[in-house]
Amino acid sequence: MTGETRRIDVALAAGGAGLLVLPWYHIRSGFWEFDWLGAFLSDDRLWPAVAQLGQGRWQLLPVLALWLVALALRLRQPSAARGKAFVVLGLAGLAWLAFEGMAIGLRGWAIPGADRLIALAGQPAWGAGAILALAMFAALFAFGLAERGVLKGDAFVLGAITALVLLVIAFVGYPLYAMFLSAFQDFRGNFTLDGVSQNIADPAIWRLDCLVGGRCGVAWRTLFLALCTASGSTLMGLVFALAATRTNTRFKAGLRLLTVLPIITPPFVIGLALIMIMGRAGFVTQGIEAITGWHLGRWIYGLPGIWLAQVLSFTPISFLVLIGVVQGVSPSMEEASQTLRSDRWRTFTKVSLPLMAPGLANAFLIGFIESMADFGNPLILGGNGGVLSTDIFFAVVGAQHNPARAAILALILLCFTLSAFLAQRFWLSGRNFSTVSGKGDGGSHARLPRGLEIAVLTLAGVWSAFTLFLYGMIFFGSFVKVWGLDNTLTLAHYHAAFGFSLAGGFTGVAWNSFWTTMGIAILAAPLTAFVGLLTAWLIVRQRFPGKALFEFAIMLSFAIPGTVIGISYVSAFNLPPLQMTGTAMILIMCFVFRNMPVGVRGGIAAMSQIDGSLDEASLMLGGSSARTLRKVILPLLRPAILAALVYSFVRAITSISAVIFLVSAQYNMATAYIVGLVENGEYGVAIAYSSVLIVVMMVVIGGFQLLVGERRIGRRDARGPATPRPVAPIKEEIAT
Amino acid sequence: MSAREKRGAVVFDDIRKDYGSFTAIPQLNLSVEPGELVTLLGPSGCGKTTTLRMLAGLETPTSGRILIGGTDVSRLPPNRRDVAMVFQSYALFPHMSVAANVAYGLEAGGLGRRAARAQAEKGLDLVGLSAMGDRLPAELSGGQQQRVAVARALVLEPQVLLLDEPLSNLDARLRRKVRTEIRELQQRLGFTAVYVTHDQDEALAVSDRVVVMREGRIEQAGTPRELYEAPASEFIADFIGESNIVDCTVEKVGDGLAEIRLGGQRITVPTRSTATGPARLSVRANAISLSGPAAGQDGASGRVRSAAYLGDHVEYEIESDLGQLFAIDHANATPYAVGSDLALTFRAAGLALLP
Ligand SMILES: Nc1ncnc2c1ncn2[C@@H]1O[C@H](COP(=O)(O)OP(=O)(O)O)[C@@H](O)[C@H]1O
Ligand SMILES: [Mg+2]
Repeated sequence: MTGETRRIDVALAAGGAGLLVLPWYHIRSGFWEFDWLGAFLSDDRLWPAVAQLGQGRWQLLPVLALWLVALALRLRQPSAARGKAFVVLGLAGLAWLAFEGMAIGLRGWAIPGADRLIALAGQPAWGAGAILALAMFAALFAFGLAERGVLKGDAFVLGAITALVLLVIAFVGYPLYAMFLSAFQDFRGNFTLDGVSQNIADPAIWRLDCLVGGRCGVAWRTLFLALCTASGSTLMGLVFALAATRTNTRFKAGLRLLTVLPIITPPFVIGLALIMIMGRAGFVTQGIEAITGWHLGRWIYGLPGIWLAQVLSFTPISFLVLIGVVQGVSPSMEEASQTLRSDRWRTFTKVSLPLMAPGLANAFLIGFIESMADFGNPLILGGNGGVLSTDIFFAVVGAQHNPARAAILALILLCFTLSAFLAQRFWLSGRNFSTVSGKGDGGSHARLPRGLEIAVLTLAGVWSAFTLFLYGMIFFGSFVKVWGLDNTLTLAHYHAAFGFSLAGGFTGVAWNSFWTTMGIAILAAPLTAFVGLLTAWLIVRQRFPGKALFEFAIMLSFAIPGTVIGISYVSAFNLPPLQMTGTAMILIMCFVFRNMPVGVRGGIAAMSQIDGSLDEASLMLGGSSARTLRKVILPLLRPAILAALVYSFVRAITSISAVIFLVSAQYNMATAYIVGLVENGEYGVAIAYSSVLIVVMMVVIGGFQLLVGERRIGRRDARGPATPRPVAPIKEEIAT
Repeated sequence: MSAREKRGAVVFDDIRKDYGSFTAIPQLNLSVEPGELVTLLGPSGCGKTTTLRMLAGLETPTSGRILIGGTDVSRLPPNRRDVAMVFQSYALFPHMSVAANVAYGLEAGGLGRRAARAQAEKGLDLVGLSAMGDRLPAELSGGQQQRVAVARALVLEPQVLLLDEPLSNLDARLRRKVRTEIRELQQRLGFTAVYVTHDQDEALAVSDRVVVMREGRIEQAGTPRELYEAPASEFIADFIGESNIVDCTVEKVGDGLAEIRLGGQRITVPTRSTATGPARLSVRANAISLSGPAAGQDGASGRVRSAAYLGDHVEYEIESDLGQLFAIDHANATPYAVGSDLALTFRAAGLALLP
């Protein structure tokens, strides 16, 4: 068939370009600047692979040889044997490139003693040519499998799986591996156990003095904080879920608004607002001090303050998880209990609550992971008692610059969150009571016991009022000259951040990071949505060996805290073979692989609603799987796609934990810039900037909902009620 | 003490139920004798479940009174009424063992844990599940779950047992068996039961009395025989065993009997009215005997439009002088071909004059 030959031709041509034409190695000033074109002939660092052979870089000879073999194979007739040869050749090419890339560094062999075998010059990181060669080998591998008839010879599916697996290895697996290695290295990159042995038993991490009145190590404090935050946010989430579904409140619409807030709020903003109210200059602190004469000082700093900020930040997430759980309890269970001589209180404690237990545990674990991963609030409120995520940060950027320590702290943090993730995955799965099947009775949920109802409504009311008050403070505070000292209204902070004039252009200090942030978010969003939905499609619609593992690995990356991602990206991408620190690319890749699991989840949810017979119908009508995806699945998934786009856009703007390790002077992101402002004590400008971000994202989300909402009305006749709900995906993504 | 105040007696007194602006039950008056099994029967959406739930206390009537055993319970919550309910979905608590499920109501009633378990054991014995106490509901078959639900309600020894379509989650074969079991249990223990179903076979099979509802009103109440043999309306005639409704003429009335002319045939049927002249008549599908046209008969003549062979009988759609008729023929093993002409005669046993 011509299609088969053509795709192999394209792969070989791309490989040829990579080997013979394009610069093989990384270019400092950036490939896309194209200023290398001028110096292409004169500068040997810009030469393609063939020319590099002349420079004594014999490690590229096998690559060239493999490409020539592939060309020869291309002339043969397609057959299972040729397919097998391509598979072997592709694997060999990938393996060799990975090996030579890791083994030969900037200064030659990285393996001690290897230069006695053959002396080689050092080499920079992979560049455009090398990337194309890698892509060619991956493609030959996939096409070879297709030619052998694997997965019914579906080259598109095989190619997608190969590409995704390689990308996940490169951008999730390899960084973690590099971070792990860096725990065993000294400053010069030599193997040593010193760092590990010093740090792993460090009393600053593990001591338990708080049991006898002192201070505990950072690991225990983080764990303790996470447990408290998880309890607090689960409790408040349950309170809100009960208030929304089991009482006759009129502020249900307000509750919906509350659930959008965490999506659009940069994670440290709540902490900032708390400082404004209860910090040293906060009016609550000053009021209490004035009345009682106590000295509160920096009371909000440290674990209690972080805890409060985290519970405020994560309660909406917990609410979104639990509202489904509370509604999932079948009303007939509660009615049955009532007809069995039980009053409302007994019904609640003996039936409703036990039925919600697995959901509550799930919300607890999510709160636990979120708290562990939180970086913004501890950074702002930690004072001198930080948690693991901030200690990791200070171990790299601080005066102590100790990457081995950072790596070890990151590993400890990773152990905690992965345990929680595994617990959620294996212990909780299959313990869900809320989906007991059988023909329903309809019926209505029991009202809450009166005392509980009053308590729930009071708590929910107070908490909502407090949250709204905090947000009000942020907006108000951005218009005040010096918070707590000089309360005259002013636009000075906005002017400082976003000032512009016809003569001077954008003079505000925030513009630079603002435009970078927008640009990177806009680039990352479609990539994230694409990778996420493609993965979801493979998981829902295709069968292939190792699929369960594939899905598991992807979801696992969701449990990796941002700080760990950040430090591992720094460890991995600072040096060849993949050198990306200081570029926009590293930020984009970080966002794509950090937010992808969310796109995957949304895609899985949306795709499971679309009947598989639609795909089969398309395939029976002669469409290829790529065509089916494009013409049948994607149009039906439009709401999910939009949701994934908006979500990844917003996340790219609000996230801080990984980003703060990866920004550079050239590519600074808004959140990192704001944190810098806070550290310099410029609160006014920081909250003015945060307010602008929140408003921008409100506009984006509002516009998105309008867009999807109208679409839906326009198509109701054609598609009926089966249309996936448009607002839901965003919320569900947050919730899970 | 009148029968209406005895333990187990139920009275609906001018009950009305509105859902917002929609009136589900306009005005309902009904009483159930102690020890009686009454079925609420009717098409979906006619208000059966609503009626039952008002009796259970899960729904509050908009106006009117409900009495159980002579006590006004209209404003009492479900746990303070002496009733128990078997839910359509069984509503077994998935996080408790079967025994714990059955003991749940007993413990709530103030019985000690041990005594409650002992009682529960007896209850499970009653439905033949004594070996299953330690299992979780999900580990039982549908029929067993159904019996647990019955046991869980019965151990409370309620004045009235309420069952809302208790068989609808079972397959057809099991349904017949379980409905017999429920009826036997009810007769053996002698409790009052209100049973909701939309299946007329089921209603006729288990009930002392059937209450047919339509759009929130009682259309007719009576024993299964009364409903079948003397339907009070076309709706009942059609709903209880399929009927053809045809025109006839009443020629003579006397002693509760009427002589009618149906096509060319004269027949005597029971009647409650004294009027003569044109009337409507319900003709059961199996009250029509079919024969070849040669017989030269005095009934009606018709032509077969369609025939369905169903093993022990054949169902026909017949175009006749009296209109379109649906007939079931048990007599002839070889079906008449579509398009063949037939002579029809009517058997008095399957005819009922409609008021
Ligand atoms: N909670 C409710 N709110 C509004 N209408 C209801 C509610 N429950 C039942 N109805 C309506 O009342 C009527 C009777 O319902 P129901 O008693 O469930 O019928 P069925 O005879 O099928 O059991 C139906 O039209 C139904 O739509
Ligand atoms: Mg019903």
